[in-house]
Amino acid sequence: MDKDAHERRNLNLKEFLIEKLLFFSATISILVVILIFIYLLSQGAPAFSEISIVEFLTGKNWQPTSVVKPEFGTVPLLYGTMLVTFIAMTISVPIGVMIAIYIGEVAHPIEKEILKPIIELLAGVPSVVYGFFALVTLATWIQQLTGTTSRLNALNGGVILAIMVIPTIVSLAEDAITSVPKEYREASTALGASKWETIRNVVLPSSAPGILAAILLGFGRAIGETMAVLMATGNAAIINLNILDSTRTITATIAIETPEVAFGSLHYHALFALAILLFVITFAFNYLASTVMKRLGRTRR
Amino acid sequence: MVTTTVNDVKINVRDLNVWFGDNHVLKGIGVGIRPNAVTAVMGPSGCGKTTLIRAINRLNELIDGSRTAGEIYIDGENIYSNGINLFELRRRVGMVFQKPNPFPKSIFDNVAFGPRIHGVRSEEELQKAVEVSLREAALWDEVHDRLKDSALDLSGGQQQRLCIARALAVNPEIILLDEPCSALDPAATAKIEALMRKLAEKYTVIIVTHNMQQAARVSDFTVFLYLGELVEYGNTKSVFENPKSELTEKYITGEFG
Amino acid sequence: MNPKLLKQRIYFQVFRIATASVIFFLFLMIWTFISNGIGVINWTFLTDVPREGMTAGGIFPAIVGTIYLTLGTIALALPVGVASAIYLVEYAREGRFVRIINSAITNLAGVPSIIHGLFGYGLFVIFLNFGTSILSGSLALFLLVLPVVISASREALLSVPKSFREGSLALGATKWQTIRHNVLPYASPGVLTGAILAVARAAGETAPIILTATFFYRPTIPNSPLDGTMALASHIYYMSTQHPNIAQVRPLVYGSVLVLLGIVLSLNFIAIIIRTRHRRRKKW
Repeated sequence: MDKDAHERRNLNLKEFLIEKLLFFSATISILVVILIFIYLLSQGAPAFSEISIVEFLTGKNWQPTSVVKPEFGTVPLLYGTMLVTFIAMTISVPIGVMIAIYIGEVAHPIEKEILKPIIELLAGVPSVVYGFFALVTLATWIQQLTGTTSRLNALNGGVILAIMVIPTIVSLAEDAITSVPKEYREASTALGASKWETIRNVVLPSSAPGILAAILLGFGRAIGETMAVLMATGNAAIINLNILDSTRTITATIAIETPEVAFGSLHYHALFALAILLFVITFAFNYLASTVMKRLGRTRR
Repeated sequence: MVTTTVNDVKINVRDLNVWFGDNHVLKGIGVGIRPNAVTAVMGPSGCGKTTLIRAINRLNELIDGSRTAGEIYIDGENIYSNGINLFELRRRVGMVFQKPNPFPKSIFDNVAFGPRIHGVRSEEELQKAVEVSLREAALWDEVHDRLKDSALDLSGGQQQRLCIARALAVNPEIILLDEPCSALDPAATAKIEALMRKLAEKYTVIIVTHNMQQAARVSDFTVFLYLGELVEYGNTKSVFENPKSELTEKYITGEFG
Repeated sequence: MNPKLLKQRIYFQVFRIATASVIFFLFLMIWTFISNGIGVINWTFLTDVPREGMTAGGIFPAIVGTIYLTLGTIALALPVGVASAIYLVEYAREGRFVRIINSAITNLAGVPSIIHGLFGYGLFVIFLNFGTSILSGSLALFLLVLPVVISASREALLSVPKSFREGSLALGATKWQTIRHNVLPYASPGVLTGAILAVARAAGETAPIILTATFFYRPTIPNSPLDGTMALASHIYYMSTQHPNIAQVRPLVYGSVLVLLGIVLSLNFIAIIIRTRHRRRKKW
């Protein structure tokens, strides 16, 4: 009797400890996110004791290493990020949605089995590999096509970024499209609609929230991408409307300048401030994406 | 195999065979459906009732691995012949499904969907079509002041009547109903049964049902299917009171379900 | 032909062309890598250290560095990730806490990789004084890869039917016994898939490691976690943008790209196969 009770108590203790251990592991993710956020803030805030926030967000010159007058205006970097992202999304959204419709609605089951893994493989290619391709080959193609003088430019970055973002858009949009209930499709077909008419008038409107969320997530991904744009865009931190000229993104700036700063210097803190800016922007897009899924997804059943 | 040779036939089914993969679901069905009447298709689960009506608007083709042989003539034209316009066929043959399936759109857009697909563009014409169909489906009074509301907010019975209105909006000649009341309560069922009798004045109505009392109440003619074969067809009254086949009699008296 | 059908044919053809174009681009890209790089790859390339200012020799230190970094990352991410997923799926009750954790995981997944790099640089390299090291790099990659492991493991656990758990508990087994014997074995293909994808991701990332672990030139094999290292991803970056003689070393970069791509795509492919076979095989 005693031995049984003893064993039972040990077992209970073991179960209790295991649960606590697992609980602790789960909290690590929260701790990590908080830690990153706090650390970024703590290292970025000191920048604003010397740089005004207004200057940071609206200044048109990013010259942190200038001997004469260091400037920390992020507008050229924001511009670079937005320009490259805009080009990328202009290409990847239509193509991504078309591919999603094709895979979800048009392709034969066998085609589907082949296409879906290929799109996944597209997503698996490391960004430095894409960057290298853009640097060496894509830039040459674009130069031959447009006759531009600067080989590395915003268009180059935008195109390779589009390729990188397409898998994100395709997989989420395709999910949204295939989860439209077949009862709706049947009803539409029974009324005499062709397959395309059913897609256009029933499937797409129904899956619109999911597709929108896919696009927003794609935006977030594009804005946060580093290596490919770093290697493809030429990295001149200037504002220039010509997409065939060199430009620089926020991510590339952090990647290039961090190895060169002195720990604790103003430049160092400014880079962290830049990271906070980047974090906020990508967070906004990701948050928007999940809100869209929740809100619009609900009212449409 | 039972055939009818009456001249007044809207839909003539001739030697219809349907397979789903290796499964021979309909075996040599031959029957003539009369216009302006309600025909009930009856039989135990799995006998092929749904497959039969889905053969009339060629919806079986949506299923992977399905194969159809034989002919179905509507007004003398074989709908399985090569030159047939499938979209036009499905406009002429409307269908209402077992579980109400309105689109996640407004009431108005649900009913206007069909006309829009078939080329009606003017707002005025659409509004007229919507009103006429909703009246015919006995739903207008309940929804006329909230046409922009989501169809999903309606009750089950209202949704089913909306689906009927949606089917009527494209001016069909034939209406197929697949156990339309099985997901509804008795009150809603009664409304739809009354509606079907009224619709038969103008259309050819075929209803699949596993509810014998409903078949007896609602239909003029009854088709009895068993394991994919047509066992009996005739005037509802005589099928129920004087079944020619022993199988029919057993089914009616409830010896098997 | 019916105008509706014609319109449909045109639209669908356009979609087909869009799909084909993207796939064509992918294959074209891989083809340029293969045709330019296959000539460079031989036994020497894979096992020798870089020589003559990295214009000759091999990439062995980079291969080893990538392996070490990946091992370090997965050694941290796998236990923590799987344990978190087990807690979230098997123990946690619906409520605010679970929602907060899920949102933290989603947010972590959305953090740009360069921020992991910067964070790792500030905290691990400088503040905790680990220096530019495999340790710093693994920690930074761990943060990046953790959401991947958790998501895949969570999906795998959720796909195990409730009845398996109920049956076990009804026989008197404890919760942990149930998980260990009646849930995890059936979830393990999914967890394995997640782990493989995490490894592939860690092997391919560049931004975090160039700020925390890698050097442009370090031909000696690291023998402690506090050593810095070369790595395939960073090597490709350095050699194509910062080498004094970029054009000359270009073929070597193609070779490195092929090696990295080969490793990463094989891993992805294996993960896909495991996932598909598991989906077909499972009898529930």
